[in-house]
Amino acid sequence: MKLFKYIIIGFLFGFGMWKLEAVSTFRIIEMFHFQSFHMYGIIITGVIMAIIITRLFKKGRIKTSHGEVHQFPDKSHEWMRYILGGTIFGMGWALTGVCSGMMFVLVGSGYTVFIVFIGAALLGTFAYGYFRRYLPH
Amino acid sequence: MNENLVQIQEFISQPWPWWMGGVVIGSTLYLLLKFNKEFGLSANLRTMCAADGAGIYADFFEFDWGKQGWNLMVALGAMFGGYVAANYFGGDELAHISQATINTLNQISGENLLTQDNVHIVPGRDLVLGVGIPEFWDLYSWKSLFSIRGLIIIVGGGFLVGFGARYAGGCTSGHAISGIANMQLPSLVAVMGFFAGGLIMTWLLLPYILRITI
Repeated sequence: MKLFKYIIIGFLFGFGMWKLEAVSTFRIIEMFHFQSFHMYGIIITGVIMAIIITRLFKKGRIKTSHGEVHQFPDKSHEWMRYILGGTIFGMGWALTGVCSGMMFVLVGSGYTVFIVFIGAALLGTFAYGYFRRYLPH
Repeated sequence: MNENLVQIQEFISQPWPWWMGGVVIGSTLYLLLKFNKEFGLSANLRTMCAADGAGIYADFFEFDWGKQGWNLMVALGAMFGGYVAANYFGGDELAHISQATINTLNQISGENLLTQDNVHIVPGRDLVLGVGIPEFWDLYSWKSLFSIRGLIIIVGGGFLVGFGARYAGGCTSGHAISGIANMQLPSLVAVMGFFAGGLIMTWLLLPYILRITI
């Protein structure tokens, strides 16, 4: 099946994030109190690897599975949305200690109450879609 | 043979060092780019809204969401990953946080409830994995959801994450990893927003929210 490989990719990511304790609210609290290098280490090594990989794809040194050069979309320069939206996201991230990737990992690991968290996140997404024309971007 | 497998399982079950983050995030991004896709998990929330018919309420949800099925599969895979990691490679199931953080957490609760031996990765008593957590820290259980504190943390946090991720046009994976790796200044601004919001919540609001006893 064509979509099966994405389950494998997600599996690697979810498994790794659990073992790295990035799903733990205690690790997030620790990070925002600057009491350990652990989470910063994950993010910094992740970003360094991502920069190298992105470069290689951009320059065409690595081609996609179709033999093409991957096209990277540029983000729009609507600064208000990044400042305000980013701050709101950060507040949610620190409040629950969970971001939008980790919520899936947590449901899978058996903490089914995070289904409610995903439901609330869907409601938040819907609220943004509904009110977006009234929001500064 | 069997003994070897047990050894491998024990090896993987140890707490992972931080630099494994580079391996995990790097290989995830590499594979997604290889298949001509982008790394960004919060986009799934928009897809799920659109698939549920939100398009009739807001044109933001009118897009070809059928093409986003691959990303939902990544989320599904992440669920499986969490299941296998927690159940077969959990090790001691503890978050190996610093003593300084344990002290901070005990300061918030006002009692010395947490030690290095009971700081579970996910504080919630629904599973055997988290059953040793003190009641004050039983945050992620169905019982907790039916309290004011749990409602704020689980439903409030979820709403802010969903709203903020779409408002900012991405989350930790879309901006902090993909966007910064592609040298996008907007992503750097968004990540600075993530940290500003996170610091405001952690330092100014969270201690008071956690102390709500109802």
